Amino acid sequence: KPGRYLDLGSGDKLLNLGSHSYLNLGERPEVEEAALECLHKYGVGSCGPRGFYGTTEVHLKLEERLANFFNCEKAVLYSYGFSTSASAIPAYSKSGDIIYADEMVNFALQRGLQASRSRVVYFRHNDVEHLEELLEEQARLDKKDPKKANATRKFMVIESIYMNTGKMCPLPELVKLRQKYKLRLYIEESVSFGTLGPNCRGITDHYNIPMKEVDMIMATLETSAASSGGFCVGTKFVIEHQRLSGLGYCFSASLPPMLAAASIKVLDILEAEGSDMVMELQNKCRQMQEKLANIHDKVTVTGEDISPVKHLKLAESTGNREADEGILQKIVEKAESYSVALTLASYLWDREANPPPPSIRITVNKDLTTEEIKKACDSIQKAVVDVMG
Amino acid sequence: MVAHTEFPAQVSHHKIINNTQFVECNNEKIAGNNAGNDQGNTHQQHGIRATKQNGAASSGFDNVSGSKRSNYHKEEECSLFVAFFTFLSYGVLLFVGYIKEFFSPVTTKEKNREDIEECPPFTTFTIYLSYGVLFFVGYTKEFFYPPSTKEKNREGYVPLYIGFESFYTRNVYRRIQDCWNRTICSVPGAEIDLMERYTPDYGWTMKLTGKTIKCINAGSYNYLGFAENNGPCHDAATQVTKDAGLTTSSPRIELGTLEIHRRLEKLVSEFLGVEDAITFGMGFATNVLNLPSLLGPGCLVLSDEFNHASLILGLRLSGATVKVFRHNDSEDLERKLREALIHGHPRTRRPWKKAMIVVEGIYSMEGSICDLPNFVRIKNKYKTYLYVDEAHSIGALGPHGGGVVDYYGVDPKEVDIHMGTFTKSFGAAGGYIAGSKDLINYLRVTSHAQVYASSMPAPVAQQIITSMTIIMGKDGSSEGRRRIQQLSRNVKYFRQRLRQMGFIVYGHDDSPVVPMLLYLIPKISMFVRELTKRGVAGVGVGFPATKITGGRMRFCLSAAHTKDMLDKILKEVDEVGYLCGSHYSTAVRNSQPVEW
Repeated sequence: KPGRYLDLGSGDKLLNLGSHSYLNLGERPEVEEAALECLHKYGVGSCGPRGFYGTTEVHLKLEERLANFFNCEKAVLYSYGFSTSASAIPAYSKSGDIIYADEMVNFALQRGLQASRSRVVYFRHNDVEHLEELLEEQARLDKKDPKKANATRKFMVIESIYMNTGKMCPLPELVKLRQKYKLRLYIEESVSFGTLGPNCRGITDHYNIPMKEVDMIMATLETSAASSGGFCVGTKFVIEHQRLSGLGYCFSASLPPMLAAASIKVLDILEAEGSDMVMELQNKCRQMQEKLANIHDKVTVTGEDISPVKHLKLAESTGNREADEGILQKIVEKAESYSVALTLASYLWDREANPPPPSIRITVNKDLTTEEIKKACDSIQKAVVDVMG
Repeated sequence: MVAHTEFPAQVSHHKIINNTQFVECNNEKIAGNNAGNDQGNTHQQHGIRATKQNGAASSGFDNVSGSKRSNYHKEEECSLFVAFFTFLSYGVLLFVGYIKEFFSPVTTKEKNREDIEECPPFTTFTIYLSYGVLFFVGYTKEFFYPPSTKEKNREGYVPLYIGFESFYTRNVYRRIQDCWNRTICSVPGAEIDLMERYTPDYGWTMKLTGKTIKCINAGSYNYLGFAENNGPCHDAATQVTKDAGLTTSSPRIELGTLEIHRRLEKLVSEFLGVEDAITFGMGFATNVLNLPSLLGPGCLVLSDEFNHASLILGLRLSGATVKVFRHNDSEDLERKLREALIHGHPRTRRPWKKAMIVVEGIYSMEGSICDLPNFVRIKNKYKTYLYVDEAHSIGALGPHGGGVVDYYGVDPKEVDIHMGTFTKSFGAAGGYIAGSKDLINYLRVTSHAQVYASSMPAPVAQQIITSMTIIMGKDGSSEGRRRIQQLSRNVKYFRQRLRQMGFIVYGHDDSPVVPMLLYLIPKISMFVRELTKRGVAGVGVGFPATKITGGRMRFCLSAAHTKDMLDKILKEVDEVGYLCGSHYSTAVRNSQPVEW
């Protein structure tokens, strides 16, 4: 059973530092029980899209709870995490609109941007000045043609913690830009759902920004919420539109009810013990970051201290991406022999808009003990030394 | 002459001066291009070949034109009186023709497997009238009271929704939206418990009353009746949830592949009779994320008119050139395919990198079964790939439940890419792609879903394994056979009875998706509401999912329906049909009693 420890077929239990289960709620018996109870009532599949008898009570309840959790009016539930980002953006942004996106947004968002047929302008990763420059330029063009400007919607798409680099976005400054240049702000919170903020409400909680400053938050339930699918939350005005024009919502079968029930239980747990869990997780993240930084001078770790996703990459690239990947893959295989399950961050290099450098993606699990972290970092160190000397 | 030899091969034939000599030259060039397509000749060689032909033709032109010029004599103009009579004779013939066809429309090209009755002209008039009234009322209302759904906290922003779509939603859809997004609180089997809703403000919001209505379920996609909360599928899924957990939280290519995924893929490939298969967590995503890996700019795709939104989105994201052919019409397909292959890419005139025909097994809005033998014949003739999306047909058609390939007895290796979903006949979720080992190995590395999206949850995979084992008969019982036969008998009985009653029903006689034409939007909503009152849950579809004159009720039959349930559905449908006047069929009705 995948959890804190994994069995990759060799029979030994390896410490799992690759799956995105940051709060380890998949191992909680209450979550499993809730899923099984729902299975006994509804069976596995929902046999229909949301519009045609695929909506069960469980779906409505989960949407209500998600909206309450984020202090928003409404939520929309999708049956696959990837489809959430890829369907939500094209529902609002059409050809003729402009989207400002960070260059390191994850692939699902890139697909959504492509599907929307709008003009996409990438700004340098976490570089607020660059974004401001681009917005100024557009504002000057708008002054020359106010009629066109009044028909062009502008959006900003960012992630709270970027999956591709592990860094956090500077949300307060971005909100200021949003107010000044009248953009609509969409944040993707897959990594920070349940892992950031004193009340584990995500990045708006972390920076103490009221929800009315953000137009929509999208996230997947496949990370902290040990389940499947994704959701979008926001005001009723924004969210209800997706019920008719979100392609992944209208034309796809709904989420299997047992997975929705598991998510409801996860929300119960987060509301009860969320703040403690976040503190614990952030503690472990800091420890991991410290130890990983001192492993070897030939590898560096990127990512925020408190981010549960960190990237370990070569300090000096060989110049050839494939050679870099080869070295990192060897490190991953060596680490397996030292009982640590790592994974190379996988990308489709020819499809990504701005491919990040090759790296090993390390995820932190809240239930890792300090000894386990130490042991893991020692194993990784041994692996790096074996491969790189 | 020098000018002609300088023409690049890319210039369209029509731009070259229209001359008999050039027509011959064009034919040679077409043959040359065709050969070029087959052998993948480079542009350079085309250029040389074309200029050679142009050169030859132009020299020929010079000779001929010289002689033609000397023999050229002025053509006499047609006298005005004769011209007038020519146009008058055509005018009279066309006018008589239009009037005649207005009153008794000619049925379009019909195949004997599929009957489509045309919409009577009076009904078309009433459809447009009903929309007209709704729009008029809507515009007037919004003139005096502009849309009340104003956004808060966003003054000075460009409005988020502009245009007709939101107007339609506010004024047409809102009034009847209680017919969709209905909530159930039981397993979506043969009977469901619908949660009753009411609207305190004419459709802007819906609230639950707390009561439930028990209905026969003719709306969920449950063709083989595997949506159950007891039985072997349920027990196996329970066990797997305890053993393998709910989710792996990781993509397949990283740490997300479980043993159960491998077993599932092997079983799927065995079921379909192909070399290998790959599965994904969502059916919609299977199309959207894999078509871009298989196709790219420079590829040609011939796609059926009524293909599903996921196919259309996937094809759009891939960047390939898409040409649409008439629904299920292999002649139209062949014509468009020939034209596209001959002319090459519209801008560069190069030969296509890849050509693919994309069709579905059963079309969910039309209920028609795709004309697979003809498509396979065309595919073999022109050496293109064939992609069949069996979302609705897998499990529901064919003597062994193998889908449309099994139904026609076509060799599975003739279809290059089999795609399908597990949501409908298997009572689970997810999709698959199956085909040759090379194809699947390629997809395992380059598919977007394998690299970025989480893997299928284990209990869902187990549900598919158990249900597929039952269908294949591998569990030793004849339950699979029984279900397939039950579904087939249900379908034949239901369709024949509906036709006999006098409703217009689309689609083939064997397809479990039964669309029944109602034409008008108000009839759709009335039908759905009245049927619900009488204990039958059906689905109504209208514009924009179908064309504007194609409003319909759609019944999805299931192996879980007994003959009594079908009789009840038919009785209620007949009653409500008389209430709102939907017996549109003018075909001769067979009065013999239909046996189940």
